[in-house]
Amino acid sequence: MRSYQALLDSLLESFRDLLPIILVIGFFQIGVLRQPIPNFLEILIGTLFVLIGLSLFVRGLNLGLFPIGQNMAHALARKGSVFWLLAFAFLLGFGTTVAEPALIAVAQEAAVVAAGAMVIENTPEARDSYAYGLRMSVALSVGFAILVGVLRILRGWPIQYLIIGGYIGIIIMTALAPKEIVGIAYDSGGVTTSTITVPLVTALGVGLASSIKGRNPMIDGFGLIAFASLTPMIFVMGYGMLI
Amino acid sequence: MTILSDLLHTFLQTILDVLPIAAIIFGFQLLILRRSIPHLKRVLLGFFYVLVGLALFLDGLELALFPIGKLMASQLTDPVFISGSEDPQVLAQQLGWWDYRWVYLFAFCIGFSTTIAEPSLLAVAIKANQVSGGAISVWGLRIAVALGVAIGISLGSYRIVTGTPLHWYIIAGYIVVVIQTFFAPRTIIALAYDSGGVTTSTVTVPLVAALGLGLAGTIPGRDPLIDGFGLIAFASLFPMLTVMAYAQISEWQAKRILSR
Repeated sequence: MRSYQALLDSLLESFRDLLPIILVIGFFQIGVLRQPIPNFLEILIGTLFVLIGLSLFVRGLNLGLFPIGQNMAHALARKGSVFWLLAFAFLLGFGTTVAEPALIAVAQEAAVVAAGAMVIENTPEARDSYAYGLRMSVALSVGFAILVGVLRILRGWPIQYLIIGGYIGIIIMTALAPKEIVGIAYDSGGVTTSTITVPLVTALGVGLASSIKGRNPMIDGFGLIAFASLTPMIFVMGYGMLI
Repeated sequence: MTILSDLLHTFLQTILDVLPIAAIIFGFQLLILRRSIPHLKRVLLGFFYVLVGLALFLDGLELALFPIGKLMASQLTDPVFISGSEDPQVLAQQLGWWDYRWVYLFAFCIGFSTTIAEPSLLAVAIKANQVSGGAISVWGLRIAVALGVAIGISLGSYRIVTGTPLHWYIIAGYIVVVIQTFFAPRTIIALAYDSGGVTTSTVTVPLVAALGLGLAGTIPGRDPLIDGFGLIAFASLFPMLTVMAYAQISEWQAKRILSR
C-alpha cells in the first residue's frame, strides 16, 4: 500500500515537472498559431511514457547511479593510489562520451559543414574520417577534463582560476580557429554531458570531496561537469586548425 | 505495435550507451579494487530503473513533444506567419527584428519549460540539495537554471535574426561570469559552473536546434550550418549567471533579515 502511494507521489511530481511544457505548447498552438493539436492520442501516450519514465529514472538515480558513483569514489580514495584514481577519471570521461548519440550526430553534421566549406574533400570517406576524428577529440577532451577535475579535488585548487584559464584558452582559440568550426565547437561543449554521465560524475566528485579530509563537498565536489563542457570547445577548435 | 517496437529499440539503444560505463565501473571494481559491490542487487535494480525510465522518457518525447515542438518552431519562423501576409511584395521587404517577437517569446518559454523537465538537471539539483543540507532547494536551483536557459535562448534567437557575431556575445558573457565569480558566495561557484553543462541534454537540445535551424533557414543571408549552431552555447552560458545571481540574492536577503 505504501509503495503504491510512493509511486503515485512520484508520478505526480513528474507531472509537475512536465506541466510547463504542456502549457507552453498548448498556448502557442491554440493562442498564437491558432491550429488544432494533431495526433492527440499519440501525444497522450507519449506524455504518459514521459511521466512514467521520469519517475523511474529518479528512483533509479537514488538506488543505482548515486550510490555506485559515491562508492567508487570512497573505495578509490581509500585505496590511496592517485594513478588509478586518475585513470578511472579519464576512462569514465572518455568512455561515456565516445558512444554518446548526440555527439555522433553533431560530428556528422560538422563533417557536412566542413565539406561544404572545402576544408575536406566532399566524399563519404573523407566526411566519415573527419567525423571520427572530431568524436575522438571530444572524447579525449572529456577524459582529460574529468582527470583535471579530479586532480583539482585532490589538491583543493580553487575552481575559478582553472575555469577562467579555460575561458582565456577558448577566446584565444576562437581568434585562431577557422570560422566554420567555431559554432560547432561551442555547441560540442553542451552535448557531451549525457543524462547518465551527469549523475555518475556528480556523485563521483561529491563522494571524493567528502572522503578527503579538508575538502568541502559543496565547494570542491561540484565542478567536474563544468570542466567536461569547457575542454571540448578548445579541443574541437584545435582539431579544426589541424585539419 | 510500432510504438512497442520503437520502445524496444530505444531500450536497446540506451543499454548500448550504458555498456561502456558499466564495463569501466565493473572492471575497476573487480580488477583494481578487488572487491564486490555493496548492495549489488539494489544497484542493479537502480540501473535497470534508469535504463527503462530513460527509454520510456526518450520515446515519449519522440512521440509527443518533438514532432509538435519542431513543427511549431518551423511555423513560427515561417516568413508568412511573421509578416502576417502572403503577399509576395510584403514578404520581399526586410523584416525588422521586432517582427520576430513571437519567436523570442517562444524561445523563452520553450527554454524555460524544457529545462524544468531536464532529468540531468534534476539529478544535480537533488544532489546539491542533499550536500548543502537543504540550503539549496531543488526547485530554487531548477528555476534559476531554467530562467538562464530561457534568457539565453531568446537572446540567441535575437542574435540569429540580427546576424551579429556569436563570439562577441559569448565573450561578453564570460566576462560577466568572471566578475560575478568574485562577488558570489564561495559555496555556489562550482555548482553554478556545473549548471551550465547540465542544461543541454535530452529534452532541450532537439527543440532548440530545430528553432535555430528554422530561424537560420528562413532569414535571408543566414547560413543554417553556421548560424543554426550556437543556440546551445547560449543555453549553457546564461544559467551560470542566473545561478550565481540566485545565490547572491538569497545571501543578500538572509543578511537583511539578520541585520534587522
